[in-house]
Amino acid sequence: MAALTDLSLAAARDGLAKKKFSAREIAEAHIKAVEGARGLNAFITETPEKALTMAAQSDARIAKGEARPLDGIPLAIKDLFCTEGVLTTAASHILDGYTPQYESTVTSNLWRDGAVMVGKTNLDEFAMGSSNMTSYYGPVESPWRREGDNRPLVPGGSSGGSAAAVSARLALGATGTDTGGSIRQPASFCGIVGLKPTYGRCSRWGIVAFASSLDQAGPFARDVRDTAILMRTMAGHDPKDSTSVDLPVPDYEATLDGGVKGLKIGIPKEYRVDGMPAEIEKLWSQGIEWLKAEGAEIREISLPHTKYALATYYIVAPAEASSNLARYDGVRFGLRVDGDSLDDMYARTRAAGFGAEVRRRVMIGTYVLSAGYYDAYYLKAQKVRALIARDFDQAFGQVDAILTPTAPSAAFAIGDKMDDPIAMYLNDVFTVPASLAGLPALSLPAGLSGDGLPLGLHLIGRAFDEATVLRAARTIEKAAGFTARPGAAS
Amino acid sequence: MSLIKGETGEWEVVIGLEVHAQVSSNAKLFSGAATAFGAEPNAQVSFVDAAMPGMLPVINDYCVEQAVRTGLGLNAQINLHSVFDRKNYFYADLPAGYQISQYLQPIVGKGTVVLDMPDGSTREVGVTRLHLEMDAGKSLHDQDPRLTYVDLNRAGVALMEVVSEPDMRTSEEAGLYLKKLRSIMRYLGTCDGNMDEGSMRADVNVSVRKPGGELGTRCEIKNVNSMRFVQQAIEYEARRQIEVIEGGGAINQETRLFDSKQGTTRSMRSKEHAHDYRYFPDPDLLPLELDPAWVETIRASLPELPDAKKARFMKDYGLSSYDAGVLVGEKDTGAYYEAVAKGRDAKLASNWVTGELFGRLNKADTALADSPVSAAAVGELIDLIADNTISGRIAKDVFDEMFATGKGARAIVSEKGLTQITDTGAIETAIDQVIAANADKAEQVKAGKDALLGWFVGQVMKATGGKANPAKVNELLRAKLKN
Repeated sequence: MAALTDLSLAAARDGLAKKKFSAREIAEAHIKAVEGARGLNAFITETPEKALTMAAQSDARIAKGEARPLDGIPLAIKDLFCTEGVLTTAASHILDGYTPQYESTVTSNLWRDGAVMVGKTNLDEFAMGSSNMTSYYGPVESPWRREGDNRPLVPGGSSGGSAAAVSARLALGATGTDTGGSIRQPASFCGIVGLKPTYGRCSRWGIVAFASSLDQAGPFARDVRDTAILMRTMAGHDPKDSTSVDLPVPDYEATLDGGVKGLKIGIPKEYRVDGMPAEIEKLWSQGIEWLKAEGAEIREISLPHTKYALATYYIVAPAEASSNLARYDGVRFGLRVDGDSLDDMYARTRAAGFGAEVRRRVMIGTYVLSAGYYDAYYLKAQKVRALIARDFDQAFGQVDAILTPTAPSAAFAIGDKMDDPIAMYLNDVFTVPASLAGLPALSLPAGLSGDGLPLGLHLIGRAFDEATVLRAARTIEKAAGFTARPGAAS
Repeated sequence: MSLIKGETGEWEVVIGLEVHAQVSSNAKLFSGAATAFGAEPNAQVSFVDAAMPGMLPVINDYCVEQAVRTGLGLNAQINLHSVFDRKNYFYADLPAGYQISQYLQPIVGKGTVVLDMPDGSTREVGVTRLHLEMDAGKSLHDQDPRLTYVDLNRAGVALMEVVSEPDMRTSEEAGLYLKKLRSIMRYLGTCDGNMDEGSMRADVNVSVRKPGGELGTRCEIKNVNSMRFVQQAIEYEARRQIEVIEGGGAINQETRLFDSKQGTTRSMRSKEHAHDYRYFPDPDLLPLELDPAWVETIRASLPELPDAKKARFMKDYGLSSYDAGVLVGEKDTGAYYEAVAKGRDAKLASNWVTGELFGRLNKADTALADSPVSAAAVGELIDLIADNTISGRIAKDVFDEMFATGKGARAIVSEKGLTQITDTGAIETAIDQVIAANADKAEQVKAGKDALLGWFVGQVMKATGGKANPAKVNELLRAKLKN
C-alpha cells in the first residue's frame, strides 16, 4: 500500500470508511511529514496536537458509523483564515501574537465535515505577492527543482505555503485565497490543482481581507476529484458575508466524469501575449487537442479588454487594500511601536509592521483614492472592470468554458524578479481577468517545462458554474496523465 | 427676518444644520451588538465593531426601515437605490480606520421641515438629504494623566445625518428647526432626540452677508450638543464673522469647535488641512435596493405627525395656531390634551392643559409622563366647573391639591366642602348679614356709589368661604341695594 501521505483525498476517505487505516494514522503520517519538511518553510504554525485531537474525534465518529464527508482528512490552512485559538498572522509582523476568538466560516465548514487541521501555511504578506517572497516569516521553497539545478524555486503566491504543502505530501488538501491568481498561479508552479470559485460562492467571513471585491477562498488538491470534494464543503451561503450568494451547492464529484462532448470551449486570442515561452504555447495547443479529441467544440473568442486587466487590478486591489489595512494601527491587537503622539504611534507601528510590498500597495491605493485622482484612477478602473466583465458575458454567450495557460512561465528561482515589481505583477496576467469578472477558474497541471517543472492550464467558467469547469478539468487531467512529482516528495 | 446691526450696517445670518440623530434600534447598524445608553465601557462591542481581522458588516434592516420612516416623515424623496461608502481616516476610536457612511447616493433625498414661529406663522426649511452612517467610539482623555482610553460601545451605532438647506436666518429659527425635527422623529419613534445622552448632535454652518448679497464664506461648528448651545454658538459666530469682515478681514472656510464654558467658537482646522476622506463604495456591502411596495407599507403605517395634528387641533377644537403648536410638540402632550378635551369645552381643556398643568409641571421639573394628575382627573375637574359644582377660582385650589396629593377633584371638593353655593336662600342670608354689619356702606351704594358694589361681592364671597356662585351673589346684591 502507498504511504498514507501519498493517497488521494478520495482514496483516504474511502480507506477510512472501510477502516483500512485510522484517522489517527493518517494524521500522524502527515504530522511526521510536516516535521520532516520544515526546510520548505511551508508552515508558519504547525498544529500537531490539534490534528491528533480532531483525528480522534473523526475516528470516534467513523467507529459509530457516523462518518462525515471529510472525516480524518488532514488539511493545511492558509494563514489568512482566522482560526479560533490558533495564531493567525497573514504572514505579517503587524499581526504579532494575534490569536482570534473566532473561526472563519470556510474553515468552520471544513471542521464541521470532519477535516483535520495540520497547520497554518505561509503566504505572501496579506496575500500580496506572486512568489511567497513577501512573507515576514521568510520565503517558502517549492518542493520542485529544475532538472540538474538545485537552486530553490518559488512556489508561487500568495498561497505558496498551501501549494507547497499539498505538492510535497504534507497535507491531502489545503485552503487558499485568490485575489488575482493567488490560488491558480501557485497551483501551476507546484504541479497541483487549485480552484478559485465564483466571487460569492465561499464566505469571506473570518478571512483577513486584502481586496474585498476580489478575495475568494478556494481549495488546493493533487487531483480534480479531490478539489471537487473540498469545494463542496467550503462553499455555501453565509448571512455574515453580505456578498455571499444564496445558491445551492451542487455535488461536484457526482458530475465530474461527465466528459466534454458537445461542450463549447473558448480560446481567447488576446491571451497569446508577446514573449510567451514556446513550451507554454505548445501546452495550450495540446490542451485544445485533448478537449477536441473528447468531443468538445473549440471556438476562438475575443476578450478585447484583456490588455487593461492588469492595470485595472493594480488600481482596484490596492485601493481596497489601503482601506482594509487601516485597522492594523497598533491600537487594539498585534504589533504596537510607541510614539510621541497618536499619529506618531500609527506611523511607527505601520512602518515597522508592514513589509515593503504591503507599504507599496497601501501607498498606491491611498493615491488612487485621493481627492483629484479618484476619477482618473479608481473610477476609471471600475469602468474598465465592468467592460472586462462584459467581455466575458459576451463570450459566455458562445462558449461554456474558456481555456488559457495559467501563468506565462514556470516557477522561477527564489530572489528572481524581486527588483522589478512590474515583472512580478505580470505573473498574474492570465489569472487577473477572471478575478475582476468574479468568475470561477481552475488551474491544473498538464505538462512539464523543458527543465522538468510543472506547467498549468487554466479553465474559466460561467458564474457559479464550477461544475463545468471541474468536468472539463477532469477531462484534461485524464488526457494529460500528469504523474510527475516534486523531488522533495519522492 | 431679523438682522444683526454692525458698524457698516445690517447683516443677515445664513444658517444650515447637519444633525446626527441616533436611530432608535436595539442593535447597531452593521452588527448585532446592543446600543443601550450607560453600559459599562466596552461592554457592547462585537468583533465587527472592534474591526477584528476578517470581520464583515451586515446591514441591520430595522435601521434602514427607521431611516425610510424618518424620510417619509420629512416628506422627503426615498431613494430606492443607495450606496454605502467608506470614509477613511485614522483615529483611535475608529477601529476600522474608516466610517461606513453614505456619500454620493444617500437613502433619503430632498424634504422639508415646517417651523412654527412664535407669532403663529409658519416657515419652511429645506432638507437636502438624510443618510445612514455608523458612529465612532469615544476617546476618554481624562481617565489617566498619560493614556487615552477608548470606549467602543458607541462604535457602530446607527446614525441618521439630516442635512438642511442654508434656509435659516436666526438662531431662534435654528432652535425651532431642531425642535421640530426632534418632534417629528419622536412621533415616528426613530430617534429619542435625547441631546444629553448624545442621541442628537448638531454641526452648525454659519455665514453672514449683507441682505440680498452673495452668500458669505461659511464656518462649520462641530458637535454642538444642546439646543441652547446651538443658539449661543450661532450668536457668537455671526458676531465674530461680522467683526472680522468689518475689520477688513476675510472669513476662512474652516471647522470650528464650540466652547460651551466660554460660549465661544475657536478654530479646529482650516480648509487646507481638511481631511481627504478618500470615499469609495464599501466593497463589503452591496448597494441598498428598496422595494417600493415595502416603502409604501411604511408610509401607510406612519402616525399622524405634528403638522397634521396641529391643523386638526385648530380645525376640530378651534384652537389658536400657538396653542395647537404647543400641544402637538410632543406626541404624548397631544394625546393627553385630546383625552381631556373629549366631550368637553375644547378651549377650556386647552387652557387647563397648557396653562395650569404645564405651568405646574414646569415648576416641579416633572415630565408629562410622570404627572401626578392624569388626563381623566383634569377632565373630572373641568366637569365640576362646567356643572357649576365649583367656581373657576376654587378649581385652581382644587388643582393644587390634586397636583400635590394625586387625589381626585370630586374627592377633594367633597372632603373640603368646596361645593359651590347656588341656593338663593343661603346666599341671601349671607348678604343680609353683610348689609346689616355695614349699613353705612349699603346706604352709599343705594345713593349711587356703584364702585362699592364690588366690595360687597368680595365680603359675601369671604363670608361663604368662596363657595358662593359669584354670578348669583352679584345678581342678589344688585336686587337688594339698587332697588
